[in-house]
Amino acid sequence: MTRSTVSGAAAASRSRRSRALGRLIFLGPGLTYLIVLLLIPLALVLSYTLFRRGRFGGVVYEATGENFTRLFDPLYLDVILSSLRLATIATVIALLVGYPTAYLIAMLPRKWKTVALVAIVLPFWTNFLVRIYAWIVLLSGPGLVNSTLGELGLGPFEFLYNQGTIVTGLVYSYLPLMVLPLYAAIEKLDPQLREASANLGARPARTFVSVTLPLTLPGVVTGCLFVFVPSFGNFIIPELLGGGRSIMVGNLIRDQFLKARDWPFGSTLALALIAVLIVLLLLQAWSARRA
Amino acid sequence: MLQITGVSRRFGDVTALADVSLEIRQGEFFALLGPSGCGKTTLLRILAGFESPDSGAVTLDGEDLLGRPAHRRPVNLMFQSYALFPHMTVAKNVAYGLEREKLPKAEVRSRVAEVLEKVGLTSMAGRRPQQLSGGQRQRVALARAIVKRPRLLLLDEPLSALDKKVRAEMQLELKRLQHEVGITFVVVTHDQEEAMSLADRIAVFSAGQVEQVDAPVALYERPRTPFVAGFVGANNLFSGRACSVGLAADGLGVLPGSSDLPDGTPALLAVRPERLRLDGGQNGEGVLKGEVADVSFYGGVSHVSVTVPGRAEPVLAATQGATPIRAGARVSLSWAAGDGVLVPQ
Ligand SMILES: Nc1ncnc2c1ncn2[C@@H]1O[C@H](COP(=O)(O)OP(=O)(O)O)[C@@H](O)[C@H]1O
Ligand SMILES: [Mg+2]
Repeated sequence: MTRSTVSGAAAASRSRRSRALGRLIFLGPGLTYLIVLLLIPLALVLSYTLFRRGRFGGVVYEATGENFTRLFDPLYLDVILSSLRLATIATVIALLVGYPTAYLIAMLPRKWKTVALVAIVLPFWTNFLVRIYAWIVLLSGPGLVNSTLGELGLGPFEFLYNQGTIVTGLVYSYLPLMVLPLYAAIEKLDPQLREASANLGARPARTFVSVTLPLTLPGVVTGCLFVFVPSFGNFIIPELLGGGRSIMVGNLIRDQFLKARDWPFGSTLALALIAVLIVLLLLQAWSARRA
Repeated sequence: MLQITGVSRRFGDVTALADVSLEIRQGEFFALLGPSGCGKTTLLRILAGFESPDSGAVTLDGEDLLGRPAHRRPVNLMFQSYALFPHMTVAKNVAYGLEREKLPKAEVRSRVAEVLEKVGLTSMAGRRPQQLSGGQRQRVALARAIVKRPRLLLLDEPLSALDKKVRAEMQLELKRLQHEVGITFVVVTHDQEEAMSLADRIAVFSAGQVEQVDAPVALYERPRTPFVAGFVGANNLFSGRACSVGLAADGLGVLPGSSDLPDGTPALLAVRPERLRLDGGQNGEGVLKGEVADVSFYGGVSHVSVTVPGRAEPVLAATQGATPIRAGARVSLSWAAGDGVLVPQ
């Protein structure tokens, strides 16, 4: 009697141990990857924020808080704020363009849906840099758009190297990331809910505001996050389409590391960027839980 | 009041509705009865405005209905899956239709309270649909549809998602409610007992066509097509040709029945199991003789199935209560001529 309970307990603990082992085997590769390639470098970079810069890059291990006070220097604060602004504008435009697109795709007959979705992700098959260069070719002084307008007796216009071009580039690059989660949310919505709304006397606009939009809100939040996050920290698009000035925080960080050789301050800027994104992710998690 | 004239609808090569004409009267409880896939939902969707027919006309109180968009029709639909708004409370769901009419807030509130009271959900007003049982959801859906006081209420298989007991309760409740609110109800069902117990009149559908429109008793006692004879209630069907005293059945001789069909018309003779008289022993002068294959006891009634030489399917007879007859017994079967209904084939 006693023996059997004891051996039962032993068997239970053995099976618990083997289950833990099984978990470790599956988690192992992913965990190793995260620790070696993400957490350790991240911890290193974050630790730099507390020290002084070395003369030719690197850090001098002398504790200081001045990196953080520098963040609030209007010079840098402006860059952070303008990054926020550009990323927000790009996100809003992507939402305004992406929602109707996703809606239309969700309403297509099944076989056309697949075609449309493939078309949406098609740009990802080409290298990102090449696609951004293509915009330069299109929009530059003697580029395709200006020469076409020239034929009509207009222009030439200076399309490139301003904030509008950056927003255009961001929207263009990340629009698919807006459309896909929106499509998933709209597609999942029971079409009978829309019919029920109409049946109860709601005009189509009212049905959209009261039924479709609230029920696809998780998709909206996810899509906005997918566009905002890579836009906010982007440095390639502002570099190529924005004329290379440090307009966005991504460029600033890159410049701190590569040009100014101020690793500690670059790290501090990176920390600020991560902090903003974490706050957004928490907001998203909170809104998803409420839905 | 509602006039449906020659409505047809095809989906690819499926004919969902073929030239359907119906007239539904003011204040009536009307049932559309038919097997799954026969086009009942399609007809309701046409009435509600989510689908348009390929041809035909629909008028409500003499006014064309098909030309109006769905949100401007005085017709409410209770969906088969209820389609309650998951992000709104019960009270918000019910208020939704009234808010669209731009009624004063106080009136919306009092009408919602009144209708929730009527369906017995006052205490659930603050809950979300996910927090309700199937029967409660069904009542919310009903409340949401009747609170608008529509001219016409369409119900698509309103009870099919409920279990048997709740279903019987809800049938009574539906009927009581229809009396109280005085709205014309059109209820769709594939359950013939449900249609019989609820409706003032029933239209039987088969493959997109209206087979027969009649009151439940008339439908049961005088089926006019073979489909109706087979679909509505249990029936023993014999095929053959009409003759002056009934039916000259294939391989069984002359069976008694009443008809006004010309002699020689190919026809079915339908006899209800409960109209069959069973006599034990060989000596009975029954119409048909056979051997009992099986007896099943259902409490109130017993079903006796009898194999009759010359006929493939057994003949089914129903008797009141338990029966002394056992499987293997020789019996004779008879019925009055008035209980044999002839249906042209
Ligand atoms: N939107 C649609 N597209 C294609 N076929 C449909 C559509 N709606 C209904 N059908 C077909 O029409 C027939 C009737 O359907 P329905 O009206 O839903 O039947 P019921 O409600 O009587 O079960 C079925 O064969 C169904 O497959
Ligand atoms: Mg149906």
